[in-house]
Amino acid sequence: MTVATRSIVTRAQVEDFLYHEAALLDDWKLNEWEKLLAEDAAYYVPPNDQLESDHRSTLFIVADDRERIRQRVIRINDPNCHAEYPKSRTRRMISNVRIISVEGELVTVSANFVCYRFRRYERIREYVGGYRYILRQAGDSFRIKERRVLIDAHELGTLGSVSFIL
Amino acid sequence: MSVHSYIIDDRERKTFLLDREVLVSDEILRKEMSQIFGRCWIYVGHSSELKKPGDFRSRKVAGRPVIFVRDHKGEFHCLFNTCRHRGAMVCTQRDGNARRFMCIYHGWIYNNDGTLARVPGDDAYAESFDKIAYGLKRPARFEQYRGFWFMNLNEDAEPLDQYLAGAKDYIDLVVDQSPSGQMEIIAGVQEYDVAANWKLMVENSVDDYHLPSTHSTWLNFMANSGVKLEPPKEGLVLPTKGYAIELGNGHFTTDNVNFRGRPVAKWIPLYGDAAKPEMDEIRAELVARLGPERATRVADTNRNLVIFPNLVINDGSSVTVRTFYPEGAGKMHVTAWALGPVEESESARARRLDAFLTFYGPGGFATPDDVEALELVQQGLANWHEDRWSEMSRGMGKEGEQLNSDEHHLRIFWRRWNELMGAEA
Repeated sequence: MTVATRSIVTRAQVEDFLYHEAALLDDWKLNEWEKLLAEDAAYYVPPNDQLESDHRSTLFIVADDRERIRQRVIRINDPNCHAEYPKSRTRRMISNVRIISVEGELVTVSANFVCYRFRRYERIREYVGGYRYILRQAGDSFRIKERRVLIDAHELGTLGSVSFIL
Repeated sequence: MSVHSYIIDDRERKTFLLDREVLVSDEILRKEMSQIFGRCWIYVGHSSELKKPGDFRSRKVAGRPVIFVRDHKGEFHCLFNTCRHRGAMVCTQRDGNARRFMCIYHGWIYNNDGTLARVPGDDAYAESFDKIAYGLKRPARFEQYRGFWFMNLNEDAEPLDQYLAGAKDYIDLVVDQSPSGQMEIIAGVQEYDVAANWKLMVENSVDDYHLPSTHSTWLNFMANSGVKLEPPKEGLVLPTKGYAIELGNGHFTTDNVNFRGRPVAKWIPLYGDAAKPEMDEIRAELVARLGPERATRVADTNRNLVIFPNLVINDGSSVTVRTFYPEGAGKMHVTAWALGPVEESESARARRLDAFLTFYGPGGFATPDDVEALELVQQGLANWHEDRWSEMSRGMGKEGEQLNSDEHHLRIFWRRWNELMGAEA
């Protein structure tokens, strides 16, 4: 363990970081959001029926490496991304933030979330679940090495699609 | 032309119109449940989902909760998930392995072949009570083609093999990806609702006319990933040519020269240079097994196949098996799986799944925009009284070949649907 050589990670630091990320996503500042990502970042949304699985052998909803995230942001920012034009209004509530482990520079974090999504003429959609992050310490803050979104619903059902960054 | 027809199919004036009432009416939906879903072969599941005796999957098929299960001898069954006693569902697990299913209400127990095994306190019944007659009910017919199992609620239906008609050749083409002729459903299911009539998904699944406008961000992504997209030649809307093909009994497919890459076995820069040697091997195996011509057919063409009324096999950027059921005139529930060869290597499987997500599914780079388009149609149809007919004549004005971007194949669907609904065209 190299923990001793690093600064102590506090829950408050992690919460500040997650709240900042949530604000950027809810405000659709996706280019700024990308700056929070490590160069080896990955973004996963596993299928509802196989939450604990590997995207290499299981069909996910989203399984992006860093380059695919870059392409996803280009797509979402494009007015021809019809599923998000006009943009959804989203509002994320994040709570129950826990530091699961600190190994070297990597901090594993779990949190609960509710993300409300609104679009004109459409019913409200409530995405409820857990976030799992692997954060890499970077100075006073962090960079996201992995963000995994576990949706509690047994199926996407009325949630429809995951056309924004959940 | 009959006044009762839901379509206006005027071959002289080369005009095809669809009555939009069929996309909004609950009364028509009720009629569909008997005339279409009550009479056609409906997809239940794939053999590979039940690998061992006792394996089961419970799901809804055409609104019916069923148990798709293999008994202790390994035989496949499709059982209605409804206790014969008082009607409760007897299987509450999504999937698993079981010798028996017990109703939690009064404890009636059924074997995994559907027979009734035990009735608690059965000495209270008269002698006339015959346990053998109280096995779980099942659809009238249950048959398979190359691992794809279908049920039919109509005892007098023609055999599945006959029903599938020309669609069998295209299923064969999909299955030919596998050296042993065995494809499997890959773990991980995508289930999502679309606030649109189910028939709009049939149209959307094979309609290549919409690609440039609905999916321009996907085309940009392909270009950004190094895929060379030739500007469409005259008469085309896509970089390569593709056809719409009628397969009989309301089935149809697109048949396209591939530009979008295929895990079997057409490399595109998106897959990365490291994938090249393995993809060359996959291609060499195809050529050795099938000959160069058939190998080209498997690897260098792609197709979106509709088996009437609601099974779609998209053999494109990857393979997806997709089915969908109405939940009201303006809402459908979609279930989608990925399909791959059983002997696929770990790296090839990962590439197949990654390719899937470039286009398909609720988090893909294209499907969410399809969903948006279909929901906008459904919302626009609120004006159906004042603006009654959808214009679907594209391609009728020319002789000969019908392209994937024409509406020939959509008309095949609607003519068949109209006929089964008892309307005269």
